[in-house]
Amino acid sequence: MALTERLAGANVQVGDELPGRELKPDNVQLFLYNAALWNAHRIHFDHPYATEVEGYPGLVIAGPMLGDWLNQCVEEWLGNAGRLTSIEYSNRAASYIGETLYSGGKVTAVDPASGEVQIEVFIKNEAGEVITPGVATAMMER
Amino acid sequence: MTTLLSDELLANIGRQSAPHRELVTRRDIRKYAIATGNRQRKYLDGDQAPPMFHVALFWDVVELEDLTPDGVSIDTLLPKFPLERAMAGGLKIDYLKPVYPGDWLTATRTLTNIYEKHGRSGPLIFYETDLRIANDAGEQVIREQTTRILR
Repeated sequence: MALTERLAGANVQVGDELPGRELKPDNVQLFLYNAALWNAHRIHFDHPYATEVEGYPGLVIAGPMLGDWLNQCVEEWLGNAGRLTSIEYSNRAASYIGETLYSGGKVTAVDPASGEVQIEVFIKNEAGEVITPGVATAMMER
Repeated sequence: MTTLLSDELLANIGRQSAPHRELVTRRDIRKYAIATGNRQRKYLDGDQAPPMFHVALFWDVVELEDLTPDGVSIDTLLPKFPLERAMAGGLKIDYLKPVYPGDWLTATRTLTNIYEKHGRSGPLIFYETDLRIANDAGEQVIREQTTRILR
């Protein structure tokens, strides 16, 4: 059964896992992201500055971009079956260009009466550490 | 216990930015959706703004001489804090209405709280901001509450 049909059938259950995604942002993507914002912070594009002045191991992946990926993780799972209504997250640890990151999540609460679903989401690094944990709320279409 | 937070500093709680009005365009939506690796056609085509597009829409567009040497723009809503090293913070975003190209949105940001805690490694200053984004009909579209920590 297609994902959207299953959700539309209000058959979302606690413990359901969201599809994971591998993310490997490169310099070009990070540049375009910060350009779209008008963010000129050197830690995102000036490698000598990021490593020699700030002491980072590489170019720092922008925190709000990690947050955006949590939103995408929820929305891709929802499809047309529901609407993302809120998300909260925090950037706990930095990540750098060259790293492979993983997004994913699972359903932690379902309220059949209102159609509200709560989802725990995460960005993990290659070591499996959650660097950006979050909680999203969605309203299922009924 | 001594406090880092003077009455003068705490008097900044409630401080509000001037309302900032911006037009949502298909082109800006497309740039944002592509740069974030979004895979949904409605966003890549700019038919609707993806979640968090407001981050790009309301990032301060400052002039070159207003950027610090490390390329950062000064957040004029904030007072000068006695601690300056930023640690991880968190945020909560409520999506109240969808955003489409052609929408005019107005953002108003308020410094809602400043407080301190004493951790094992020393004092920490917390501050909270509340960003409210409304459409021209006066309806709230997005609300974003952030907490930042300084040590």
